[in-house]
Amino acid sequence: MSVINLPRLQHIIGSGVVAAVGATVCYISYTQTPSEAFLFPRLIATVFVVLALWTFVKACLGWTKVGNGISLTQFKNLAPGLIIALIYIFWAAKGLGFYTATTIAFFILLSLYDPAPHTAVKSWVKRIITTACFMAVMYGLFALLLKVYTPREIFF
Amino acid sequence: MEFIYYFGDVFTPINFGLLLLGTIGGLILGATPGLSPTMAVALLIPFTFQLEAAQGLILLGAAYTSTVAGGAVSAILLKIPGAPANIATTLDGHEMALNGEGAKALQLSFLSSAVGGVFGVLLLIFLTPVLAQWALAFGPSHLFWLAILGVTVIGSLDSKSVVKGLLSGCIGLWLATIGFDDIMGAQRFIFHPSLGGGINIIAALIGLFAIPQVITMFAKGRKNDGTEAIKVQKHPIKGAISELFRYKRAMGIGTLTGSIIGLIPGVGGQIAGLVAYDQSKKFSSDRDKYGTGHPEGLIAAESANNAMVGPSLVPLLTLSIPGSPTAAVLLGGLLIHGIFPGTDLFDNHPDVAWTFINSMLIGQILMCIFGLYVAGMAARVAQVPQSMMAAIVLGLAVFGSYSVQSSMGDVYVMASLGVMMYFLERFGFSAAPLVLGLILGPIAESNFIQGSMIATATDGLAPYFFGGPLNLFLIAVVVLSVLYSAYMELRSRRYISKEDIVA
Repeated sequence: MSVINLPRLQHIIGSGVVAAVGATVCYISYTQTPSEAFLFPRLIATVFVVLALWTFVKACLGWTKVGNGISLTQFKNLAPGLIIALIYIFWAAKGLGFYTATTIAFFILLSLYDPAPHTAVKSWVKRIITTACFMAVMYGLFALLLKVYTPREIFF
Repeated sequence: MEFIYYFGDVFTPINFGLLLLGTIGGLILGATPGLSPTMAVALLIPFTFQLEAAQGLILLGAAYTSTVAGGAVSAILLKIPGAPANIATTLDGHEMALNGEGAKALQLSFLSSAVGGVFGVLLLIFLTPVLAQWALAFGPSHLFWLAILGVTVIGSLDSKSVVKGLLSGCIGLWLATIGFDDIMGAQRFIFHPSLGGGINIIAALIGLFAIPQVITMFAKGRKNDGTEAIKVQKHPIKGAISELFRYKRAMGIGTLTGSIIGLIPGVGGQIAGLVAYDQSKKFSSDRDKYGTGHPEGLIAAESANNAMVGPSLVPLLTLSIPGSPTAAVLLGGLLIHGIFPGTDLFDNHPDVAWTFINSMLIGQILMCIFGLYVAGMAARVAQVPQSMMAAIVLGLAVFGSYSVQSSMGDVYVMASLGVMMYFLERFGFSAAPLVLGLILGPIAESNFIQGSMIATATDGLAPYFFGGPLNLFLIAVVVLSVLYSAYMELRSRRYISKEDIVA
């Protein structure tokens, strides 16, 4: 049996989570009533849990061949963007309003990941103009063309 | 020949305007690396709510066709395939551009795409009504097995791991059961109030295809891709047309290969392009020139990846089984208008069905005409930094999923599924079978329940679901597709192991 390296540990955790979800789905399907409503979920859950356990056992034994997991560098790169995206979606969009939150999130993400130097004034001007143009297009598309009513904005 | 009656409908001002918009927009989106045709079509769905069914489908169909063709622009000028379907295009296309034949490569690419695409749509036109009539013979048990077949075929053929592909399909089928049960009204797996109404397909599609791509762009960090588009010189179009005729064998091989592969559910354009390239090379007398900028390779690959577009819709429009992830997204576009594919579509909504199919035929020609002019602009769009693309796609995903039902719950579902899918993909799971499970789940369940009721009143469950030639045929196809994929997976692993040993 090979040593537990980072990708293998990730596979064990990943497939373990999937197996746990499968087991929960299976448990709920077989214990909830009315049983007629859970006839199809039971069928699916049984196959789900068998395949999930198979994948989990393979991961534990180090037999997983597909999927590279996430390297530390990739994780460090994606973490700030993912955190901002999650704050934007799960709090700011409703709390601050769609357009305000999107403007802030768009500008922060652009500034975080833009390869242009942060010290150059020109690149900041470019980011501000890009954000303004994007928001103008979004407002035109969703508010004016599709008439989508979004939650009330904090500033207007 | 019913399709001829509806040809005029494509040319109404709104329909033709949408066709132009979808074609030009699709060409630009397709040229953008990271924006796959499936993701582009999924992001476009919210814009079709206020349109009539046929109009919405025209926009989505045009975008599908041109994103596949537009992907060739970045493949040729940047050596970055705009979509997986354009991988084979880079092999000779980019070499041609490096040799100073960029304009010729683009012209040949759009011309061969149009020829392949027109042939593929003609196949769609003539095969669909025949198969739709055949679908009348299907009862609940057959439809149940067909839905399972759709999930297992894509789960096993489209994934690198058969078990993980099937598991992805199971996750999709389970997600489809969340919400209130249709018959008893019982609550199922409602862990959060956002899930009360079940999982909205459009929000799920946006999340599953767009968010993993956004996170993948984040994962690359503040890296400058350093890609620079190769400048193209002018080239007479007549020369490209005569070159296309000179390499008609490569075009024939590409068109036929793409059409046949397109008909098989689960086998995508990426495979069509690569198989056509390989076959064309085998039959060519200039096989040594392949990979050095030989037009034959480019023609075979591009005619194949567009020829598969039409046939990939045949299983969707006749049997409700999407042949590809993009077809699954198009199914979502049909369902939001209350239209079900199959005989219902051709008997009750022939105007919608035929206007959509005819628009795809005209779309192929428009794609070719505009492709030749938009290519230069598309190449500039292809150089948009990944940071900007990630932020744009995220914004569109949030607004798009909210606009489905003006519900924050849909936005939460979209984001949760998207983040989950990114991590699942890193561990070898695949979005396509999950999406198919989600879409085909309700079809499988309703037919399973209906079949169970019939079975209880007649011979019993086993004879009803496992008896009869059609049931047995469908079960055999399910089993064979899984076994074949498992065999291929084992074989490729053994091959890799041998290579590793030699290395």
